Parts: sequence; C-alpha cells; structure tokens
Amino acid sequence: MPTALRRARREFGLATLTLALFAVVALRFPDFASGRSLLSLVDDTALLVLLALGETLVILTRAIDLSMAANVAFSGMIVALLNRAHPDLSLWVLVPLSASIGALLGTFNGLLVWLLEVPSIVVTLGTMAIYRGAVYLASGGTWVTSGQMSASFQGLVRHLLLGVTTLSWLALLGALLAWWLLRFTNAGRGFYVAGNNPAAAVYAGVDVGRAQARAFALAGAIAGLCGYLWVARFAVAYTDVANGFELQVIAACVIGGISIGGGVGTVAGVVLGCLFLGVLKNALPLLGVSPFWQTALSGLVITVAVIINARDATPGRRRILEPRTLAQAGTPGARPSP
Amino acid sequence: MRASGLAKAFGGTRALIDGELSLYAGTVTALIGENGAGKSTLVKILTGIYRPDAGQINLDGQPVQIHSLLDAQQLGISVIHQESVVFEDLSVAENIFITARPKRYGLIDWPSLRRRAAQLLAQLETPLDPDALLRSLSLSQRHIVQIARALSHDSRVIIMDEPTAALSHHETEDLLAIVRRLRDAGHAILFISHKFDEIMAIADRYAVFRDGAAVGCGAMADTNLDSLVSLMVGRAMAQIYPKLPASPGAEILQVQGLSRAPEFQDVNLTLKRGEILGVYGLVGAGRSELMQVLFGLHRADHGQILLDGKPVHFANPEEAIRAGIVYVPEDRQHQGAVLSQSIRDNIALPNLRQLSSCGITRNSRVTAAAGEWSARLQVKCRDTGQRVDELSGGNQQKVVLAKWLLSKPRILILDEPTKGIDIGSKAAVHQLTGELVQQGLSVIMVSSELPEILGVADRVLVMRRGLARGLFERSTASAPAILRAALDS
Repeated sequence: MPTALRRARREFGLATLTLALFAVVALRFPDFASGRSLLSLVDDTALLVLLALGETLVILTRAIDLSMAANVAFSGMIVALLNRAHPDLSLWVLVPLSASIGALLGTFNGLLVWLLEVPSIVVTLGTMAIYRGAVYLASGGTWVTSGQMSASFQGLVRHLLLGVTTLSWLALLGALLAWWLLRFTNAGRGFYVAGNNPAAAVYAGVDVGRAQARAFALAGAIAGLCGYLWVARFAVAYTDVANGFELQVIAACVIGGISIGGGVGTVAGVVLGCLFLGVLKNALPLLGVSPFWQTALSGLVITVAVIINARDATPGRRRILEPRTLAQAGTPGARPSP
Repeated sequence: MRASGLAKAFGGTRALIDGELSLYAGTVTALIGENGAGKSTLVKILTGIYRPDAGQINLDGQPVQIHSLLDAQQLGISVIHQESVVFEDLSVAENIFITARPKRYGLIDWPSLRRRAAQLLAQLETPLDPDALLRSLSLSQRHIVQIARALSHDSRVIIMDEPTAALSHHETEDLLAIVRRLRDAGHAILFISHKFDEIMAIADRYAVFRDGAAVGCGAMADTNLDSLVSLMVGRAMAQIYPKLPASPGAEILQVQGLSRAPEFQDVNLTLKRGEILGVYGLVGAGRSELMQVLFGLHRADHGQILLDGKPVHFANPEEAIRAGIVYVPEDRQHQGAVLSQSIRDNIALPNLRQLSSCGITRNSRVTAAAGEWSARLQVKCRDTGQRVDELSGGNQQKVVLAKWLLSKPRILILDEPTKGIDIGSKAAVHQLTGELVQQGLSVIMVSSELPEILGVADRVLVMRRGLARGLFERSTASAPAILRAALDS
C-alpha cells in the first residue's frame, strides 16, 4: 500500500546506497562480490548488528547507552576467565551466564535512569568507565589468549550451518526477534510511545522510566551475549576489547534512521545501517584509502546521516492566518495547510 | 455525573476552592472561566491526574474514587486535550488504540486494530486514513483522533479542553458537528472554551468558574452573553490592577503593514511615550509572533517598523536591546530566567556591560543593583544569592522583570506578564510598571486576561487569527466590545 511504501522510503534509499557502493567496489574488484567474501562481510558485521539492535531499543525510548562496549568486554572477560580455569564447563552454562552478566549490568544502568531520574548519557558515561575498570580488576590486566581457551569455546561461532556461521545466524535471529518484539508486543510498542512523546506517554498507560529500564536490561543482555561471541570470534580477551565500539554501534543506528530524539526507526533500517558501515569498512582499504582517511570518511557519513535526520524533523512556522486570508492577499511564502 | 465541594491547593496557592459541576447524558455543558479560574485543575481531578484535597464525585448517583487515568477510563471518562496528547510518529489507528491494542494469542492484532480504527473513524464521518502518521495531520484532525480514542473505550463522559483554541473557522464547524453527533448518541460532554459564539451555538447548559469556585450554572436558554461575561470577570478589579494616571506623549514606535506569513498579516500599531498598549486576543492569535518580530527574534516578510520616525531593521535581539526594546517572554521558566542561577546573576546577565569596568564584572555593583531592584519589586527571598528555582512563580517573574528594567529600556514588551502568578505578585508587577510608565517608559502588554487588559492598558489592540481587529481607547474599551472583536463572529 502507498502509505507503507512512503514510510519505507528511507530503508529503500539506504539499501540502494549500500548496493551502489557495493557495485562500484565489485566492478573494480570482482573478488569483493564472491560468495566467500560476502559471507565473511556478513560475519564481520554480525556483532555490530546484534549490538545495534540492543542500542536501538534504548534509543527508541529517548535514552542512550554508552556502556554497551564496556559491557561486552566485561562479560566476555568473565566467561573467558572461567573457560581458562575450568575448560570442561559447558557452553550451555557459559553462554547464558555471559548474557546474564550483561543483563545485570544493563539493569543497573536502567535502574539508575528510572529510579534516580539521572540522564542516561551521564549514567552510562559513568558505568562505561566502571565496567571497563572492572575488566581490568577481574583479569588483573592479563590476556586470555586462544591457546588458553578450549576448542569448543572458540568453535561455536565458527560452526557452519548451510555454509553460514553461527554468528551470522544469531544476528539474523536477533533481528527477527527485535522486529517481533517491537511490532507485536505492548512492551515493544511502549518503547516507541515513551520516546515519541514522554509527556503524553502517561496518557497511554506507559511509564517512561520503566520502559527505559526494560530497554537497558535487554540491551545489556544482548551486550552480554556479544561478550562471549566477541572473545570467541577473535579468540582473545583483554581489557581493551571493543574499546570505542559503542560509537560505531550508535552510528549504525543513526545511519539506519533511528532518531536520537527517540520514538522513530525500524529494525530493517538498523540492519541496513550496519551493512552499509560494514561494506564501507571493507571497501575503503580495497580502494586504497589510507586508514586515516577511513576514519574521517566514516565520520563524514555519520554526520551527513545526522543532518538528514535533523532536517526531516525541523518544525516550520505555525499557521495562524486562515488560508482564505492568505489566498486573498497572495502573500509570497504562504504555505498550504499541513 | 456530579462533582461537589472539590478543593485542591498547590503549596500556598489554592487552585480550586469549591468546585461544583453537574453533567447530564446527551447534554453539552459549557465550562466558562478565565485563565486561573480552576478549570484545568477541575479537569485534572476528574481524570485522576490530581487527587482532590476535599469533595466528592458521583457517577449515576454512586460516589466514585478516581485515582488514576486508568480509573477514569474504566469509569468512562475521557479528555480531549488542548495540546494534543498524541504520538506523532505512530499511525492514526495505533494512536486510537494506544491504551488497549487489540490482541490475538497475546500478540498485537494489527489487521483487527486497523479495521476497528476505520470503523470508529467512519462513525465520526471523517475521511482520515488509519495508516497515516499523526505527524502529517492538522491539529483538528488530531483532535478527531483523540475523540475516536475516547469512543474506543466507550466513554460516557467526554471532556473537551479548549479543543477549538487553535482551529480555523471551517475546522471548528466540523468539530462542532462531531460534538453534536456525540451528544445525540447520548454522551455527556463538558465543553471548555473561551469562544462565546461556539458556546452559544453548541451548549445546552453552562457552568461558570471564577477564582477556583463555581459561581453560576444553568440552562443556556435562560442566559445571555452579557450575563455570562459579567459572571466570568466580576470582581474588584481596581485592587489587582492598580491604574496610575498616565499622560502619554509623542509616538515613539510605529508599525506599518507588518506581515509574516502564515503567522500574522498587515498589522498596524503605534506606541506613545509613557503609555501601556494592551494587546488582547485568544491564545494562538499571533500576538507573541508579532512581538518576537518587533524584538528581532524573527524577520517580517513585509511592512516596516519606525522607531522615533526612523525605519529600523533588527537582525537579532541584541540590536533591539541596544535600541532600547526589551521583551519579557511568556514562558519564564524556559525563556525568561536561568532557574539554576542566583537572583543576582540573573539580574546581572543582560546588563554585564553596565556592571563592569575594563571588562571585569564588579561584584559590588552587581550586588547593589540586584538588591535595589529586588527591593523595588518586593521579591520575597532570603537574599539575592538565592537560586531562582527556589522562588514562587510570582517572584520569579519579578526577577525576570528586574533584569530587563535594570537596562533602562525605552520600550518594554511584556508577554503574559502575570500568567499563573498569584494576585499579590500581579499587583506588585502592575504597580511598578505603572510607576515606570509615569516616568516615560512605554509598555506593550500582551495578555489573554481581559480584566488585566481593561485594568491597566491605556489603549487596547485586539488580534484575531493573525489580523488586527480593532483599537480601543481606554474610555471606549469594554469587555463585550473587546470580546466581540477577538472572537469569531
């Protein structure tokens, strides 16, 4: 239907842009479009997708979580240390444990935001440093390297199902779950309600603080899960794991059309935002762009995305005069009623 | 439904003293009263947002307790708010069922949600698309969404809080038609409005509130416009609005054919030295927008502003301030004062040049100036180091006034200077303004309160929908004449 099409304009635009960028690179480097290269690109982007989905929940409620990457590092370090100490401990214990630790840290963020009504950017700026510091305290600054991890610990993310890694499948599953949550449950719609108009949310029976706390807890659980996935994928755990990655996560959300002001955005958009960043990150080195320029270019893309979002939301002048009066006088600059 | 003896106080301010109201099925009751008469407080009590300190509410003769919005909803009481309580980036259908989305197997049933929304919209005979985002809707369409929301939970009592305040004539007609349909379907409707022509057209009964108490009610057939207006404003005005004799001098400011589409058009006005020009109109008549252009916050599309007979173009407020024009905005909490700073710092802020030497602010001068002005305005505070957010609304407004008066302006533009402040502070603000006007200050005072305008203005400009509708001298200004010019006719 036309309304739905118009609303998905942004997603189409982003998909087109990603494909165009992909095509340009593929024309010069045909290998870029090979099946193997594509699968590795998806695998590279999977962690970004999962974390961006978690961040999306938080941003939708008009909050932000800066501590996700630190949460990844902490949860990942704990399970890596456990695996080093008890190599026989089953993944059936470690993976849920990793997610639970993350959920706990996320809940802590959420409770501070909800009960103390401290702005989330301040809360998570603080907890980001606390969680990162906790990694150091837990590990004593040492590394857990691949030689110290059990084979099964490292193997799960690499396991191929229909030629695709478990990690990639998890990202897809995460996207479907997030879509389902945001579309079909009251809790999910509550995130939109809380972020779209916090002052009016009470009229819709939504407690903004509680919705935010819920989003933080879910984002934390995802970050915790990603903690295990990250150290397994890169086969190393150390204090600086995923350092600064929260900015890429937020960037993917913004590029994907999640409004920093809350209440606007779709799962499809976020996934596309991640893929766009993924293609860009893989393409720039191929094109011979220097690493310094790569950082600057990524920044430029993010800035442009923010400007596009902001322009969409600029309010105009308020219409007071009746259209009839305007038409009579033929005043230039008169706009038709919205 | 019947409410009686309702009372509610906030700190020291008694917003509602003796609220009394009866609503009948299939009847439209108009609630009339000035700003601050207690109407909004009454509505918030009826919908469970506030709890009354005293009083009782009966529904079908049974006493009921309304502790939350949910309670109100379950009892079948809904409000259509003045400022739309909607979610801009959600669809019409979802906005209608925002509190109770239809479910199937525990999951939101979107097809059924859309179908039921379409049914409700059809029932209201409106062509709204259930899939449209609220962002794309006009204010009147948003009201219709809220009405559909009220119908979705079978409301028997529908309260409409100034629903037509910002609607055009045509949109208002459409809305009133819907109100009539709701009435004929047996709903009890409380219609709050300042527009007497609408009230005359739609209401079956009326209830008038003044200073937090019900002062009259009855059938519309037994009353007329003049008696309603006198019920609404009747009080000893001279006490609250002391008028000092003024002797206006030469014209200092002339505005010719000023337009800014689509906000206001072709406005002419003159301001004399040593007078108060009142600007009256309903909320949303374009008054503040006009003032903001005079102050250089926005640019006009057409027309010119003459100061002492010479054309001026202010690119920004700084230039206006340098020319001696200052603007005290309506929203003192956000635009007028820095709440988290002290009285002293607030007063010093726009006057730093005057209070410094060699670019360094002299603390002794700041303290002296702040002390002098807070004494002149009778600001109730421990000392001028106290934070502004610890003061009452009235005292905050005095601080805002002081900071601008210190800069010795020639023209002072006051936008709703006494909105939401207590009567004592009102009197203090007007007393001081009157004294300064006697010394030659010129004041433009925007106000929605008719007694205030009638009380202190030397001349009154009336605006309606962005157009200047009349200019009254103090001797000829009367409540009915001004209201008639300000209302749709």
